[in-house]
Amino acid sequence: MGGVHPEENKISNDAAIEVMPVPAQMVVMMNQHLGAPATPVVQKGDKVKVGQLIGEAQAFMCANVHSPVSGTVLKVDTVKDAFGITKPAVYITVEGDEWQETIDRTPDIKRECTLEPQAIVAKLKEMGIVGLGGATFPAHIKYNIPEGKKAEYLIINAAECEPYLTSDYRVMMEHPEEVCIGVSILRKALGVPNAYIGIENNKPLAIAKMQEVAKQFEGIVIEPLKVKYPQGAEKQLINAVTGRKVPSGKLPIDVGCVVSNLGTSFAVYEAVQKNKPLIENILTVTGKKLPSQHNYIVRIGTTYNDIIKHAIGQLPDTTGKVISGGTMMGRAVVNLDAPTVKGNSSVLVMDEGEARRNPETACIRCGKCMHACPMGLEPYLFSALVKNGRIEDAQKHNILDCIECGCCFFSCPANKPLTDEIRLGKNKVRAMMAAKK
Amino acid sequence: MTQQILIAVMVLGIIGAFFAVVLYYVAQKFKVVEDPLIDEVAEVLPGANCGGCGKAGCRAFAEACVAQGNLEGLRCAPGGDAVAAKIAQLLGCAVEQGEPQVAVVRCNPANCRIVAADSTSVVISDNRRSNYDGLRSCAFENTVYTGESGCHFGCLGCGDCVAACQFDAIHMGPDGVPVVDEEKCTACGACAKACPRRIIELRNKGRMNRRVFVSCVNKEKGAVAMKSCANACIGCGKCAKVCPVEAITIADNLSYIDYKKCIACRKCVLECPTHAIHYANFPAPPVKPAPKPEAPAADGASAAKQDSAQA
Repeated sequence: MGGVHPEENKISNDAAIEVMPVPAQMVVMMNQHLGAPATPVVQKGDKVKVGQLIGEAQAFMCANVHSPVSGTVLKVDTVKDAFGITKPAVYITVEGDEWQETIDRTPDIKRECTLEPQAIVAKLKEMGIVGLGGATFPAHIKYNIPEGKKAEYLIINAAECEPYLTSDYRVMMEHPEEVCIGVSILRKALGVPNAYIGIENNKPLAIAKMQEVAKQFEGIVIEPLKVKYPQGAEKQLINAVTGRKVPSGKLPIDVGCVVSNLGTSFAVYEAVQKNKPLIENILTVTGKKLPSQHNYIVRIGTTYNDIIKHAIGQLPDTTGKVISGGTMMGRAVVNLDAPTVKGNSSVLVMDEGEARRNPETACIRCGKCMHACPMGLEPYLFSALVKNGRIEDAQKHNILDCIECGCCFFSCPANKPLTDEIRLGKNKVRAMMAAKK
Repeated sequence: MTQQILIAVMVLGIIGAFFAVVLYYVAQKFKVVEDPLIDEVAEVLPGANCGGCGKAGCRAFAEACVAQGNLEGLRCAPGGDAVAAKIAQLLGCAVEQGEPQVAVVRCNPANCRIVAADSTSVVISDNRRSNYDGLRSCAFENTVYTGESGCHFGCLGCGDCVAACQFDAIHMGPDGVPVVDEEKCTACGACAKACPRRIIELRNKGRMNRRVFVSCVNKEKGAVAMKSCANACIGCGKCAKVCPVEAITIADNLSYIDYKKCIACRKCVLECPTHAIHYANFPAPPVKPAPKPEAPAADGASAAKQDSAQA
């Protein structure tokens, strides 16, 4: 149901993953995940090593944060994030590159995992693993299946349906075995017979490579998917792989599915087999007007400016927007001095011309937004309801089911900011529900 | 023929009489007794249904007044004292005299972005950090990022307050921050509720409409606040020290003037190093009293203030 076909623009497909040098100063934000910020456990003047715990998860919905560099803690303060909002952070002056002794830095691939399912989940928590598909949902909560529910399918999202992004593709091409081991570990943690890796048909090389490697592993099935945005969205992926539909207001686990991102499974491999916490991101630096396209492995906390400087020197004069994420769901970065966080997958530089929105005109009731909506909702209706303050009616029409994929806005010939209006409506509905409680 | 007509008339007559009796008893049984006073009170109210009183509308407010029997805790801001007196007369109770209030926008426009005359396209001034082109709604922009000025506490300039005003009393100013029309403002508080950043506050109009207020709500530390805006309150506390009536409190790096205590002497205006304290409707700029002779900066600063000092 629904979906659109935006220009794919995977121009950085052939750029092999390079290692980004470590900057001189590092700012590590304490809330890099969905939920409460981690509590800093270091103080000014403390010496830290790469991989040392600096932010501890004390709330339920929280994840550990580790130092991505070695050096001295300069201060525990706040920093403005990519959207200018002040967040707690730890500043570290980099000295050398000394790693924790427990981390296995050898390039050997370690296939055997003897840990029990509970021990695996505990390991995910210890290593601060979060979902790298964008939502940064703490992995140890996802893989701790609530009582009375049973996981039957593990689905790995390697669709990478967002335009421009190629980091997952590069991981599949360069580290297929590690990914498969990571998937096996997650499969073991859940106790499910089969894991499905969904890859869109526009990546034939990745499909071939993964199929070849997956043969050596028990219970890993490569599932080629139709090319369509948003094929990688949780509910769409479940439907494409299992044929099941997640009912309104329910979670994937209610239909026996757990969905993770491909990048997460790679991080899981490194965490469980190599004892390496989540301190690095794989991200794409791309843009049509850039002189070169790159895929980097970056220490989390490197600023956008550092990344841009290393990759392309400086931004072209005609730059309109720098986007973190893809063109459909990504967000424009307003503060390039902000550190990157877990879950960042790209630095996308857009030209002034392509970045600007077109002027809005009146709705002509063509219904394209309804056709495009992958959740079967009526975006034009929400737009009108929210504008007129009819929040309860919007809730009745399941506005909270919206996954904010942006298909409605993309398809609208009148350029109405439908997704923005629905997001606003969702906020209002949530505020109303909270007030009623 | 006549017989047939008679039968028809009789049959219909009997049915009519039957239903008349039924309807009479139903009407008696389910009679709703409504105090005629409610209608009378509703008649006196402005009828704008602005919701400033916290009730669903003017009729609901009238019902609440009559149910309560007095005006304790109930006030129609748009109607003011005149309406309160009329309602009190109808209810036969004493009336509380409330101090007239007005909406005050607490954000410094001087260093923010400039909006072009047609208010849709935005002229870029030096202080804009970004160019927002999403949905023109403050409530939405507030969830996305800091806003164009780069200040996480400042006005977003999309005009949610303008849309919320039922009395046409608030408009976007030339510098992208709303300006309140004091004549039209009824202090219903709709704009204050609509503002996602709680910049707008209802304050007492003050004697001769003269008031002094801190035109900033930035709670960040001084250095951080100054990076966002040169006119931000940095919470230095100089104003609190100079205030003769202790009307100024500092909390969360932000100064606040209690309008109930303020005597509008404007000593704080002169003292503020970032010119974050504004004043309205005074005939002349404030002058520093003699004892301290060294105050050369006061003239230039206060002249600049006069331009932007409008509530």
